[in-house]
Amino acid sequence: MTEEILKLEHVSKKFHDLTVLEDLNLSVKRGEVIVVVGTSGCGKSTLLRCINGLEKLQAGRIIFEGENIDYDKNLSRLRQKIGMVFQSYELFPHKTVLENITLAPLVVQKRDKKEVVREAKELLKKMGLEQKADSYPRELSGGQKQRAAIARALCMHPDVLLFDEVTAALDPEMVHEVLEVILNLANQGRTMLIVTHEMQFARAVADRILFLEDGRILEEGSPEEFFEHPKTERAKQFLQKFQYEKRKSLVTT
Amino acid sequence: MNPDFIYKVLPLYKDAAVLTLQVGFIGIFLSVLIGLVCSLIRYYKVPFLTGAVAVYIEISRNTPLIIQLFFFYYGLPKIGFKMNAFVCGAVGLGFLGGSYMAEAFRSGLEAIAKVQIESACSLGLSGLQTMRYIIFPQAFALSFPAFMANVIFLLKETSVFSAISLMDLMFTAKDLIGIYSKTAESLFLLVVFYLIILLPVSLLGSYVERRLGRHGFGS
Repeated sequence: MTEEILKLEHVSKKFHDLTVLEDLNLSVKRGEVIVVVGTSGCGKSTLLRCINGLEKLQAGRIIFEGENIDYDKNLSRLRQKIGMVFQSYELFPHKTVLENITLAPLVVQKRDKKEVVREAKELLKKMGLEQKADSYPRELSGGQKQRAAIARALCMHPDVLLFDEVTAALDPEMVHEVLEVILNLANQGRTMLIVTHEMQFARAVADRILFLEDGRILEEGSPEEFFEHPKTERAKQFLQKFQYEKRKSLVTT
Repeated sequence: MNPDFIYKVLPLYKDAAVLTLQVGFIGIFLSVLIGLVCSLIRYYKVPFLTGAVAVYIEISRNTPLIIQLFFFYYGLPKIGFKMNAFVCGAVGLGFLGGSYMAEAFRSGLEAIAKVQIESACSLGLSGLQTMRYIIFPQAFALSFPAFMANVIFLLKETSVFSAISLMDLMFTAKDLIGIYSKTAESLFLLVVFYLIILLPVSLLGSYVERRLGRHGFGS
């Protein structure tokens, strides 16, 4: 039995009157890759933001490595173990790529500078960005920025990685290079929660798919189950949106 | 134009320029301090103080410097608070400039997207570390053009110091016109000396602005 790394118990999140997450329960095992799908506004991103403590919960609790995530007490410490990558990259524009990666390990974890720089450079090499260490984020393409952001998250040695629609702002060709990186991480056995609209990728990378609707987990299962035999009507409708029927051509050849 | 006269009164202008610069820079230093404190109070929406800052900013921006100076120089002594003209000039400039600086810094602070800050938080940076490493450097660069415009504006405002009988450039020029009736020479020197003070500041400002612009801002 693999160890449980993250657990959500009866998590509820409201923005004023709007309920975004309702009584959500989830258990994540170490090494598991979970892909969260669902229509816009179903609470996918909010779910990740709650796990990272960027949103306060109205009810329920989130337990990470046996510790209750407490907004006032241990958040900063636990966050170092929970890496997050954002849709809009959010590299720091006034710092070089290398500085972006080394900042938090140096000032938060107070690690040795030489060691951090060496590791950052190794990570950049793995991301195919060794030439870009001293560039500023604005000099990078979207795909490169996102890979740098992933390297930045990795340099903190997180136990869980959260990916929030990390390819949604990218051109199609760049989507691939970023997803390739994430797929590699999955193969290394990293625990990940991924929010995405890339269904093919979801199918390839996921151990488990969560289908969210109105802040609840409507369906949960292996990629095969979910994509081949969706149980609910809503999931069927959702999956249909990614398919197009061949139109009848009006031109006779 | 009488070159001999110009040569003769040059040292007077030089002394006045030094005085103007001294008061000007102390005043600007004060205004930066006040501006920083006020902008942070407004940015973090500190209870009670935010309201006080808003009142100060409206009073400071919507009254002319000369009237503020009269208040400090002639008004405050009536309630037992006396300052000499030098201190009064610097404090007055700080009082006026504080609000302008506060607004300049605030616009810089508020221009930084919330998700930038979240991204710093998600890396485990504390509030103070986020301010120091992420928000402040970016806000500084973003508000620099407005800051520079304020510095130049405040240096020019020093020309009303003569109203509280501070022996600044304006005072010197008016004095010389009164004594020698050499209007053309006196005003000519006044213009030249203000340019000598302001042009380098202006040029330095544009240089720094260009350097900051080159350093990876904007996506």
